[in-house]
Amino acid sequence: MKDFSEIKEQVKAKIDEVTDGSSLSDFWQSFLGKAGVIQGLMKEMKNVPPEEKPLFGKAVNDVREWAQELYREKQEEIKQIELKHRYEKEAVDVTLPAFSGSTGNLHPITLIKQQMIDVFAGMGFEIFEGPEIEDDDHNFTRLNVLKDHPSRDMQDTFWLTEDLLLRTHTSPGQIRTMDTHKPPIKVLVPGKVFRSDSDATHSPMFSQMEGLVVDKGITLCDLQGMLDKFVGEIFGSGTKTRLRPSYFPFTEPSVEVDVSCFECGGKGCSLCKGTGWIEVLGGGVVNKKVLENCGIDSEIYSGLAFGIGIERITMLKYGISNMGVLFRNEMDFLEQFKA
Amino acid sequence: MKILQSWLKEYVDIDIPAEKLVEKLFGSGFEVEETIYLGKDIEKIVVGEVTSIEKYEGTHLYICHVNCGSYGEDNLILTGADNVFKGAKVPAAVVGAKLPNGLEIQPRKMKDMMSYGMLCSGGELGIDDNWIKGADVNGILILPQDAPVGEDIVKYLELDDYVFDISITANRPDCQSVLGIAREVAAFLRKPLKEPDYSYNPTEITKDEISVEVIDKDLCPRYLGHYIYDVKHFESPQWMKRRLSVCGFGAIDAIVDITNYVLLEIGQPMHAYDLDTLDGKSIVVRRAKNGEKIVTLDEKERLLTPENLLICDKEKGVGLAGIMGGLNSEIEPTTSEILLEAAKFRRDNVRKTSRSLGLHTDAAARFEKGVDEYGVEKGMERALNLAEKLGCAKVGKSHFDVTAGENTGSRKFDVTVEKINSVLGIEVPQSEIVSILKALAFEVSENGTTLTVTVPRYREDVENYQDIAEEVIREYGYDKVVPTFLKTAEVTSGGLNYLQAKELSVKKYFCSMGFYEIQTLAMYSSRELDMLLLPEDAPERKCIELLNPITDNLSIMRTNMSPCMINVIADNVKNDRSEGRFFELANIYLPKSLPLTEAPEERKILCLGAFGANESFFTVKAAIESFALTNGLDLRFERGERSYLHPGITADIFCENRKIGVIGKLKYEIIDSLNIAEGKKSDLNIILAEIDYSAVQELYKKEIKYTPDNGFAKIKRDLSLILDKKTLCVEVEDEIKSASGLVSSVSLFDHYENEKLGFGKKSLSFSITFADKADVTDEQADSEMEKIISNLSEKIGAVRR
Repeated sequence: MKDFSEIKEQVKAKIDEVTDGSSLSDFWQSFLGKAGVIQGLMKEMKNVPPEEKPLFGKAVNDVREWAQELYREKQEEIKQIELKHRYEKEAVDVTLPAFSGSTGNLHPITLIKQQMIDVFAGMGFEIFEGPEIEDDDHNFTRLNVLKDHPSRDMQDTFWLTEDLLLRTHTSPGQIRTMDTHKPPIKVLVPGKVFRSDSDATHSPMFSQMEGLVVDKGITLCDLQGMLDKFVGEIFGSGTKTRLRPSYFPFTEPSVEVDVSCFECGGKGCSLCKGTGWIEVLGGGVVNKKVLENCGIDSEIYSGLAFGIGIERITMLKYGISNMGVLFRNEMDFLEQFKA
Repeated sequence: MKILQSWLKEYVDIDIPAEKLVEKLFGSGFEVEETIYLGKDIEKIVVGEVTSIEKYEGTHLYICHVNCGSYGEDNLILTGADNVFKGAKVPAAVVGAKLPNGLEIQPRKMKDMMSYGMLCSGGELGIDDNWIKGADVNGILILPQDAPVGEDIVKYLELDDYVFDISITANRPDCQSVLGIAREVAAFLRKPLKEPDYSYNPTEITKDEISVEVIDKDLCPRYLGHYIYDVKHFESPQWMKRRLSVCGFGAIDAIVDITNYVLLEIGQPMHAYDLDTLDGKSIVVRRAKNGEKIVTLDEKERLLTPENLLICDKEKGVGLAGIMGGLNSEIEPTTSEILLEAAKFRRDNVRKTSRSLGLHTDAAARFEKGVDEYGVEKGMERALNLAEKLGCAKVGKSHFDVTAGENTGSRKFDVTVEKINSVLGIEVPQSEIVSILKALAFEVSENGTTLTVTVPRYREDVENYQDIAEEVIREYGYDKVVPTFLKTAEVTSGGLNYLQAKELSVKKYFCSMGFYEIQTLAMYSSRELDMLLLPEDAPERKCIELLNPITDNLSIMRTNMSPCMINVIADNVKNDRSEGRFFELANIYLPKSLPLTEAPEERKILCLGAFGANESFFTVKAAIESFALTNGLDLRFERGERSYLHPGITADIFCENRKIGVIGKLKYEIIDSLNIAEGKKSDLNIILAEIDYSAVQELYKKEIKYTPDNGFAKIKRDLSLILDKKTLCVEVEDEIKSASGLVSSVSLFDHYENEKLGFGKKSLSFSITFADKADVTDEQADSEMEKIISNLSEKIGAVRR
C-alpha cells in the first residue's frame, strides 16, 4: 500500500515556507487545488486494482484531510500575525489630549443645595418652591410674627409696597404648603431670600432651606433625630447635634442647632473657635398658632420646622471663609467645584 | 446688654464660678457674647503707704519709700508724679507686677538710681473717676486714708468682678435688666430671689394742680406719674456711679442717675420732668401734630408727625415718648419739684419713631422690645425708694395712674403634664415640671395631671402649653432630649418632581456643554437697563422698585438677566480670562401693574453667555439646539431684534409657535462702554441668549408614545439650490414643506458662498424625505420635487444647481 510519504514530506516542507496570505494561497494551489498534487492522486485511481480502490481512496482522503488541517492551522496562524501587524501599525499615542473644549459645573451653592435635598428626599420630603416676592401675611403675620412684635426687626426687610416684600426667609413656604396640603406633610422649601444687610458675612440675597413636618405625635425629639441623620449625611457619620434654646415666633420651643465640629471632632479648633461646636441651623416645634392659622387642628397634629442657611453649609463644607466670593462668579473660583 | 456680676449677686446668691454661670445662662437661652473680668491683667499691685518722699535732685523724679505690707515694708520706688505726699495711700506695683496695658514691673534704673516698682494712676489700672474719685487726676491715684496697707488692689477696688454682655431674644423683654437676669439665675440655681427694696414713705404733701391725661391710650396703655419735691442736687454715691458707668451711663446728678439706675436694674425706663417748666403743671400724652417740633435733650430739633407720640404739657411738647426728654423740661441744678414718669408705650410706635428720627436711646431700646405693666409699677416704686434712700428728694403723696386697663392682672390657664410632654417627646416627671415652674415664679396648683398655672405678670410671652413646654425643657436641659426619627409619622414618598428633576438635568446639561453656573443678585439699578440701550418705553423699564434699598446699585428688581451676565463676563475679562461660558437659571420679576398692587409675575429665565475668540453666534446656538434635541423640543429661529444685540446676528427663538427666547451677539458700543481695559475690548466677542424657562417647562412633552414604523417605503432626495444671500434657510425649509404634503423631513447638509455662484448668491443643499401612508414611488417623488422646485423659484427665486 502506498503511504504517500513522499508527498507528505513535500506538503510539510511547503507549509513551513508559508509566511503570508499569498504563499498560503500558493500552497492551496499546489496541493489542494483542482490541479494540485493531492487532487492528482485521484487520477491514479484508475490504475489501482479494484479490490484496492477503497483503501486507496481512503488513503488519498486521509492525506487530503491532513493537508487541509495543516492549511487551516497555517491560515489561523497567518491571520493572527496579520492582525498583530495591523494592531501594531494602528497604534496611537493614547496620551494625546482629545477633548479640546471645556466643561462647566454647577455653582457650589447648587451642589450643596442638591446634596441637602437628596438627604431629605430620602426621608420622604417633597420639594416646594414658593415665590420670592411675598406679602406680609405669608412672610410674617401668619407665621406669628405680629405687626407690633420686635421679632420683625430680627430680619431686615426689603419692602416693595406697604404689603409686598422680598421674602426674608423660606418660612412662608410653610404657610403655602399647609394652605394646600393636609397632613401628613413633609416638605422642603429651598430658595433665595433677601435681607437688607451686606458685609463680609451677609449678602442682601442668600439661600435658605426650610423643612416642615406635620403629622400626629411629632415632637422635639423627632426634630433632633431627623437633624442627626441630616448632619451625619452632610458632615459625616458621627457628627452630632446639640440643641440650645432660641426664639423664633413660628416655633415653640425654638432651638439653635449646633453640630459637633467635623474638623476637630469636638476637641476645639479654629473652625469651631475652640468650642467644639458649630452653629448650623435653627428650628423647633411648630407653634400651634401657625398650624391654626393654616386651618390645621393643633389638638390632633403637631409639627416640626427648621431653616438651614445653604451658604453657611456650603462655606463650611468647602472651607470658604468669605461669603462674597460665592456671588462674584470668578472662573478661578467656579471651576474648583467639579464633583 | 451688660450685667455686672456683683450687682446680680445682690438679688441672688451665686455660688458657682463665673465660667459656670456663663454656661448655665447659655443653656437656658441667654448667650453671653462677651465676659469681661474687671481685674484682668492686674497682678501684684497693692495698697501702699508712702512713708517718705524726697525730690531726686537734678531730675523731675521723686524718691519714695513705700510700705506694701507683706510685699515689703520698705520699697524704693521712683515716681514722676507731683501729687504724691508723705502718708499717701497709693496703688503700688511691686517687682513682678502686671498692668492691664501689658507692662511688667522689673527693677529699673532711673537716672542713677534703681526703682523697685511703680506707683499707678487710675488710667493705668483701667478705671476712671466713676469708679473711684481721683482716678482721673493727672498723677497717681490717691486712695482714701483708710485703705488697708498691703491689700491687693483688685480686691480693694472691687475689680474682682465680671461684666457679662448678654444677648436677649425678642421674646424675653422681661430679661432686659439685672433683675430680669437675676430671676433666671435664681430659677436655674434654685435659689431664692432677693427682690430690690421697693418701699417708700410718702409725705402728706400733695400738688393738686398737677393733671395727667392720656389721649392716645392705644399708644400709651399705662402711665404712672408721681410728685417728688425738695429735690437736692448732688453726686450719686460711688456704688451707683460704678454700676452706671460699667453699663455705659455717665453719672450726672443723683435724681437723674436714679432714673437710669432703675432702667438698668428693673428694666423700666423712667423720666423726670421739672415741674416748674410744665405749663399748667399738666402732662398730656398725645400724638404730635403734623409739623410740630420739639428740641430733645441732645439739643436737636425734631420735626414730628402724628405717627410720633409726644408727652406734652398744656401748651407744648416736653418729651418724645419713650425715647428722649425735651430740653425745655430738663432737670436743672435749680429744679426743686419733679414729676417722675414710668409708662408703657406701644413698642412698634416707639420703634417707628426712633427709626424715623434716627434717635436710638437705651430707653427706646427697651420700649421697642416691650416693657410690662408690672415693671412700670415696680420701676416707679424703686425710683421713689432710691430717691428717699439717697436723700435727693422727698416723696410726695400725689400719684397718678392712667390705664387703658389691658394687662393689669395675671394670666392663668390649665395645662396637662401629658400635653407638655407631647411637645417634648420625653417624659419629664410631673414633680420636676412643677418644681421648674415654681422656680420660675409661676404659681402652680395640681389636680391629677392637670396643672393650673398662674404666669408671673412680667412673662407676657407665656400663653399656652407650648410656652410652658419650652420653660420646662429650658430648665430641665436640652441634653435630655432623646433623638427619635419621626416614630409616629406616616411614610411619605419624596424627592424632586418631574419639572424639578428636569431643571436639574438641564443645568447639568449646560455644564457638560462647557457652561459654568453662576449666581447673581436679583436686583440691580436702572444703569443696568441703560447699559442695554433700552428705549424709554421698553417693557423692561417697567420694573419694581425697592422702597428701602441698601444702595442705589441694588434698587430695582431685574426684568432682564442679560446685564448680570454681561457684568460677570466683564469681571472675568478683567481677571485676564480670555474665554468662558456661563449660565444662570433664575427669576426675573414682571409687575402686572405699576405702582405694584399685587404680587408680580416671577419668570424663570435661562440666561447663557459666552465670550472668547472661539465663540460665535453658532457655537452658542449649537448648545441650544443640542439642548432642544435632547429634551424633545422643536425649535425655530427667526431673525430678531434687540436694542443691545447685533442687528444682523440676532435671532428670536420659537417653540410650537411661542416666542421663548433670543440669542445674539452683544453690540460693539456696549462692549465699548464696559469698565475694562481698552486693550481687552478690541477683540472681545460676547454672545448672549435668554430663554424663557417658565415657558419651556410648559412645552416639555408630557408623555412619550412609541410609534412603530409603518413599513411603507420612504424616498430621500437631495436638492441643491442657488439663491439670494439674504434668503434665510428657515424660509427655504418652510417653502419646501408648504409645496408638498409628502415631505416628512427637511435638513440642510451643505452651505457655501462662492463668487462663481454670482454676486450676492449662496448655495444651500437639503436632504428631503418623502413619506406617505403607502409606499412612495419614484414617480411620486419626482413630481413632488418638481412642485417644490417651482414653488421655490416662484416664491424666493431659487434655482436648482
